[in-house]
Amino acid sequence: MRPDPVCSKTLLLRVGFLRRGESPNISSTEFPAKHHRVVCYYRMNLKMDSIDSSPANQALASHVSGSERTLYPYVTGTSVIGIKYKDGILMAADMGGSYGSTLRYKNVGRIKPIGKHSLLGASGEISDFQEILRYLDELVLNDNMWDDGNSLGPKEVHNYLTRVMYNRRNKFNPLWNSLVLGGVKKGQKYLGMVSMIGVHFEDNHIATGFGNHLARPILRDEWHENISFEDGVKLLEKCMRVLLYRDRSAVNKLQIAKITEAGVFISQPYALKTFWGFSAFENPTKGAEGSW
Amino acid sequence: MASKQQANWSPYDNNGGTCVAIAGSDYCVIAADTRMSSGYNILTRDYSKICRLADKCLMASSGFQADVRALQKVLTARHLIYQHQHNKQMSCPAMGQLLSNTLYYKRFFPYYSFNVLGGLDENGKGCVFTYDAVGSYERVGYSTQGSGSTLIMPVLDNKLKAPSPLILPAKDAVTPLLESEAVDLVKDVFASAVERDIYTGDRLEIVVVKPDGIRREFMELRKD
Repeated sequence: MRPDPVCSKTLLLRVGFLRRGESPNISSTEFPAKHHRVVCYYRMNLKMDSIDSSPANQALASHVSGSERTLYPYVTGTSVIGIKYKDGILMAADMGGSYGSTLRYKNVGRIKPIGKHSLLGASGEISDFQEILRYLDELVLNDNMWDDGNSLGPKEVHNYLTRVMYNRRNKFNPLWNSLVLGGVKKGQKYLGMVSMIGVHFEDNHIATGFGNHLARPILRDEWHENISFEDGVKLLEKCMRVLLYRDRSAVNKLQIAKITEAGVFISQPYALKTFWGFSAFENPTKGAEGSW
Repeated sequence: MASKQQANWSPYDNNGGTCVAIAGSDYCVIAADTRMSSGYNILTRDYSKICRLADKCLMASSGFQADVRALQKVLTARHLIYQHQHNKQMSCPAMGQLLSNTLYYKRFFPYYSFNVLGGLDENGKGCVFTYDAVGSYERVGYSTQGSGSTLIMPVLDNKLKAPSPLILPAKDAVTPLLESEAVDLVKDVFASAVERDIYTGDRLEIVVVKPDGIRREFMELRKD
């Protein structure tokens, strides 16, 4: 483990070798022998920023050696939309990963379940999203290892993500994502968002990226408390259709995800019906021959 | 030779909002709007900017919301430690000093947070401290910070102007107004600020601190 001069306190975690699906029923006699390994996973700045990490020093260092910090995103996902509905949360996102202006990847799942009670949707840099999923994997693993009947709810996961994003921003090396976190625990619905610099809030409807501009007004107008599942899906599809028409990085292959007290359900990818039969499109140069 | 890379993202953002606090002889009114914006977007209409740091001490902050939230967490944690060590609540002037020191600690990468601290001091009198982003502070009779502060401050000066701190014998900065009059003034002043400041609006949250407890009320504001 490389010592980190910036971090004043490292969080040490015990990690057991568990395969997916295995339950952590380890007897006390077995545990120290087979699974004893102390590994430091995250190096989060748990105290306030020390003087060593001042931006001036870091900026100078990066100039000389070649920066290892994120400067701009490469493969990005576009908007994610989430709404609260009668039984829980509905979230929609398309499956596109753009490489600049090329629609390079068309099978990127941008909504993932986290633990038993949450769904995470992300827009922005896909590799940073995968990194966040690794962090959360570990968080959930450790939560399960307590084996005490408690499990992380959406509020807790949202708070954790906020701290991670904020701390990365403090070190001038942000995770280039806008995250939408939704879930239900003990009947309480929760829907929140975190941006790449740590701005976070909770609301009845959330959208990232272009969704903020195009979808949010529709949601403000048509969302109401205890909207039914069918109406919620129709509303999300309406927003996704507008985004499909107007956002150049949208692809017509989307997933809708639902989370209720009963569990998570992420739909198979499907396409929306679109209409391009406008007379102006069919005969675009009608009014001005020779133009395009 | 590669020239130095410029960052194409900013670690700061202004999420807007306005905060006001007025100190009275036995009360303190702290108020802030509940709108959170980013650029020309409204992110949410229902976000509280007021945080209860101690029993008789509240802080209202506007500016960059992630920094505001981090600051609130740091102060709340420090207050908990103080309670464990001293077996009592922190007084408002003590919290005032702590906030100033916390802000200055990040003098070279500041908390982009414009704060107003309000509560009751050890004598039960109203107490308001006003801050800038790096911790310079002053005890005053009333103050406002945030995007609408330039619209509100002159009106408060007109209504509540304190006598000069230079005259002798030293005169109190706290207002002689009744609690209900101060709350009405706060409502009026926000209603006016909302007309002209795009970052202020949606809903007003008012908290009144008195020796016997804390009262919270809300008022709808223009949503445009």
